[in-house]
Amino acid sequence: MSETATARRSGSVDRFRDALPKLVLSPTIAIVAIFVYGFIFFTLYLSFTDSRILPSFGWVGWQNYTNLFRIRAWDTAVTNLIIFGGLYITICCLLGLLLAILLDQKIRAEGFIRTIYLYPMALSFIVTGVAWKWFLDPGIGLEAVVQGWGFESFTFNWIKDGDMAIYTIVIAAVWQTSGFVMAMFLAGLRGIDGEMLKAAQIDGASTFALYRRIVIPQLRPAFMSAFVVLAHMAIKSYDLVIALTNGGPGTATEVPATFMYSYTFTRNQMGIGAASAVIMMMTIAAIIVPYLWSELREKK
Amino acid sequence: MTTATKSGVNMGRMVLYAALVLFCIYYLLPLYVMVVNSLKPLSEITAGGMMSLPGDWTLAPWATAWSTAQIGVDATGLKPYFVNSLVMVVPAVALSTILGALNGYVLTKWEFKGATLIFGLILFGCFIPFQMVLIPMARMLGLVGLAGSVWGLVFVHLVYGIGFSTLYFRNYYAAFPTELVRAAQIDGAGFFTIFWRILLPSSGPIAVVCIIWQFTNIWNDFLFGASFSDFDSQPMTVALNNLVQSSTGVKEYNVHFAGAIMAALPTLLVYIVAGRYFVRGLMAGSVKG
Repeated sequence: MSETATARRSGSVDRFRDALPKLVLSPTIAIVAIFVYGFIFFTLYLSFTDSRILPSFGWVGWQNYTNLFRIRAWDTAVTNLIIFGGLYITICCLLGLLLAILLDQKIRAEGFIRTIYLYPMALSFIVTGVAWKWFLDPGIGLEAVVQGWGFESFTFNWIKDGDMAIYTIVIAAVWQTSGFVMAMFLAGLRGIDGEMLKAAQIDGASTFALYRRIVIPQLRPAFMSAFVVLAHMAIKSYDLVIALTNGGPGTATEVPATFMYSYTFTRNQMGIGAASAVIMMMTIAAIIVPYLWSELREKK
Repeated sequence: MTTATKSGVNMGRMVLYAALVLFCIYYLLPLYVMVVNSLKPLSEITAGGMMSLPGDWTLAPWATAWSTAQIGVDATGLKPYFVNSLVMVVPAVALSTILGALNGYVLTKWEFKGATLIFGLILFGCFIPFQMVLIPMARMLGLVGLAGSVWGLVFVHLVYGIGFSTLYFRNYYAAFPTELVRAAQIDGAGFFTIFWRILLPSSGPIAVVCIIWQFTNIWNDFLFGASFSDFDSQPMTVALNNLVQSSTGVKEYNVHFAGAIMAALPTLLVYIVAGRYFVRGLMAGSVKG
């Protein structure tokens, strides 16, 4: 009698002990289920409704999406994202690779120089935006300074020019992130087999050929990671645009992230705002999901 | 012949170092602009002297930015918002790090069917554009009465910080010898004892990485701060942006630069003191996504 009781009790203790790890994990699972996936579905649902200033649940089908693609500002935002994202990723990768190769030549004070190249990454995009906003301001910044040095005809007013303002965002964003890309490539360079390089050198390969044929192809994983990180940062970029140009002049530097915010919270077009958020997420998912998939599968 | 090659090599080295120094100047230039212009009177900036050292050194812009600058409706300076950011950052970092450590422990040492899938799902949450959760989060914070409060922001940062902290500890604990855990289990040690006695004592480095990463991200956040705070609970980044964008009165560039340095100082200090860990976090967060 007492034996079965003990057995039963130890059975439930065992069961509790078995369940404990999952119990510890469960708050996180609940949080992620609700605040990530639940919220994603909520916004997805809203994008098919007639929500304006508040969420409302009148189903309108694809209406918000068709409207979205008719809005000029959205068109501008997407075009800007393509220009910004393309240049940002390309320049960061090229500059990052160049800096990494330069730093990989047994440089004295390498650690110190690396620290300088990388510190912008610790700053808020708002701080970066403020610094570059006034530095590029034609009234007091670069243009005024160079004119003050006697080059009266020097002009650099991109930040006030609707056609060029988007490039100032590229300038500031590259400044902030290129050091980080350098660090990724440098880690990749340090992982390359030295024996192979020596062999190629003995065979008389020039430094340039060495890098083009042997080193850079081996940096493929680093390129992949850099691309994924930069692409997802480009699509999410919001703070820098707000601080640097606030989407202006006019709507010249509108990007999807600023579009979503203003349509949802200031123009009271929540349905359209939700639809734009869904498109942003789909774009990021198309990049991130295959990447995570391959990374996690490799580890298994 | 040999001398020619040698001087050629030396030339090459000089060009190399010159290039490296040039890039140093490029990266330091905005910081230089911020610092020197925060220490000079406004008239020197508007007269076209942005690149020169201050003629008339002054700390007045710093004092104004800290305690009397007009932010929104009140002339409070950035001080209360700096405090808001601190009050927000400390609990959010502490809680997300603790949860991340426990999650990493379960996901590596108590593996169960579907653990990798769950980790993947948690990880995807790190990368979603937060625009996707703004609307429902604003609703929910309103419903539970946390809208417009610093605690609401703590909650939001905790929720969206768990992904990265879990990632760090999971990858770190994956390399920790599982035999030690099994041996302790045979000796009768329980779930928490093993964590407390065996895993935690060797978790120092990754805890530092995680804390620095969370601190930097949460301190620098703007989107959540702008979306979920009201005038009294704005974090530093939002207040700084309001200071700079405000269209009333004279634009006091020197005050803006001083404010920008104030907003940058905490994360910059962390970077200078513990840069190695900062870089490790950066790399672990991306290369081993």
